[in-house]
Amino acid sequence: MATKPIEKDTHAFVTGNEVVAWAALAADAQIMYGYPITPQNEIMHYWTRLAPKYDRKFLQTEDELSAGFTTCGGVLTGTRSFTATAGPGTILMQEPITMAEMMRIPIVVVVQQRGGPSTATVIYSQQEARMCCYGGNGEGFRVVYSSSSHQDLYDFTIKAFNTAWKYRFPTIVLGDGYQAKMREAVTMYDPASRGISMVETEQFLGAPGLPGTDREPHFHKNTYNTEEELLEVVNKLKEDYDAVRAEIEEHECEYIDDAEIVIVGHGVVSRAVKEAVKLLRKEGYKAGYFRPITLRPFPGTALRKAVEGKKDIVVVESALGQLKQFMTEELYGCTVPITGYFKPGKGVSSAEIVEKVKSMTK
Amino acid sequence: MAIEMNNVAPPMPACWRKETKTHKFCPGCGHGIVLKALGEAVDELGIQEKVIFSVDIGCCLLAIDFFNMDTVQTHHGRTNAVASGVKRATPDKICIAYMGDGGGYAIGSQHLLNAAARNEKITSILVNNTNYGMTGGQMAPTTLPGQKTETSPYGRSVEQQGSPTHGPEMLAAMLPEGAYVARGTVANPKQLKKYLKKALQAQINGTGFSFVEALSTCPTNWSTNAAKTWDFLENQMAVEFPVGEYKVPQEGGNE
Repeated sequence: MATKPIEKDTHAFVTGNEVVAWAALAADAQIMYGYPITPQNEIMHYWTRLAPKYDRKFLQTEDELSAGFTTCGGVLTGTRSFTATAGPGTILMQEPITMAEMMRIPIVVVVQQRGGPSTATVIYSQQEARMCCYGGNGEGFRVVYSSSSHQDLYDFTIKAFNTAWKYRFPTIVLGDGYQAKMREAVTMYDPASRGISMVETEQFLGAPGLPGTDREPHFHKNTYNTEEELLEVVNKLKEDYDAVRAEIEEHECEYIDDAEIVIVGHGVVSRAVKEAVKLLRKEGYKAGYFRPITLRPFPGTALRKAVEGKKDIVVVESALGQLKQFMTEELYGCTVPITGYFKPGKGVSSAEIVEKVKSMTK
Repeated sequence: MAIEMNNVAPPMPACWRKETKTHKFCPGCGHGIVLKALGEAVDELGIQEKVIFSVDIGCCLLAIDFFNMDTVQTHHGRTNAVASGVKRATPDKICIAYMGDGGGYAIGSQHLLNAAARNEKITSILVNNTNYGMTGGQMAPTTLPGQKTETSPYGRSVEQQGSPTHGPEMLAAMLPEGAYVARGTVANPKQLKKYLKKALQAQINGTGFSFVEALSTCPTNWSTNAAKTWDFLENQMAVEFPVGEYKVPQEGGNE
């Protein structure tokens, strides 16, 4: 028992939820805590089938509050732990995520977005972007990777554990119902085969030695008595976050240099954007493609560089301008007009993006 | 012979953190007695090094640095969840969740009931002072019928606000053999220590979930003097909430 879950490269045609379960195994996650909600359920289904074969554990909790807080408990013991949720579950998950932000507990949360507000659909959307980046009371000291494909889900899930444990900020892998449920090709691999070593975990609670005698006891708290005390703590969080954000920020772009119009999308929508840009190029339109991979920290410097001096920016998303809001903040002072193509809770095809761009240039 | 009181060291449990004494609770608060009983139980069982202590929001959080034991303060009501998470990840630790009646019976009732339903091998300690102490004395699930609080200024109406929650009775009814459930009181610290020790022993033996409610005092919010505080604890609370053991693992069980 307990051989490596994935020894050599494995080409598979599977659902995104299955990919996440395999990636967490490959990343040496030891325990998953979770509560059923569509469309993330199969992460738990696969995990519960695979986990015993590799000495891993699972706890089904009573709700997402508990899933998040048990994950915090697991992580505090130095155990690589994660949870997964969606929609209304992501709302409840904000409470444990804020505790993780404030106490620097490196939890990993996989979010497979569904339509909202409220219960809405169990299918698909990009409406949880803002909540994943800035939900909860506080300042959003988290890392959010927006996945666009099954390969991303695999790569980012592994990366999320390392980002979380290296920088000690809660880390979210942001997928959606399409990626969760559809099958597509993916290459699963042992992280070591790609030169990826898993960042060592740390025992925040229960380290060896008698507290008070062999070592100081560890007290983890996030309550403060004075405004000054809190200000100091939050400023330190900001300082730590700002010091590493450039290392964490990721983006992808193509056809930018001579582009007149830059089309921006994240997650699975970025695939339609990329395809649309290729189609437009074939027809002689000078279109470029930009995709923020991390939504938090947002690759603002790269975006600004990509759009400077262009004629137009089009932002495409399955939400009513959540990505656009992030961009607008980063691009303050930039005079390139931004046009939105928004379909909250609905998929976007390359053909309609092409149509949109053509209609703008008429 | 007169004793020079200044020279007598107060008898503190060995696992107490002396640097943080005297404690931060109000004069007359029962927390100090519960935590002393708990400290003595931990000492007698020799488990200090293995304990992971979790404290809820409310007055409980003032115990964040009370012991020389690794401690995490959680969010309001979430302490049983955090302790469950710790226990599942590291089953060799002794996990103690420490909360008030609001945290355990109201905002975190789903976590208490479901930790019990899963028979988590943790020890949950709930201090019942019939009100929300830290937020300024609002009605709690345990407020007595007729009792005046900030949010029941004319007295708790059973018709309008229901009857007090009886946690140990409820948990004893749902838990399987091997679990331990008791209600103690700060009026009887020796008995309380015995209950806490048996609860921890159930966790050490791995026989089941363990739960101790401790009847406690809150003169600050009750607006009572010493005599009235004692009277409320002994003659009113203990009538509504009978002290005793509600579920005890059978002798010779799963040692």
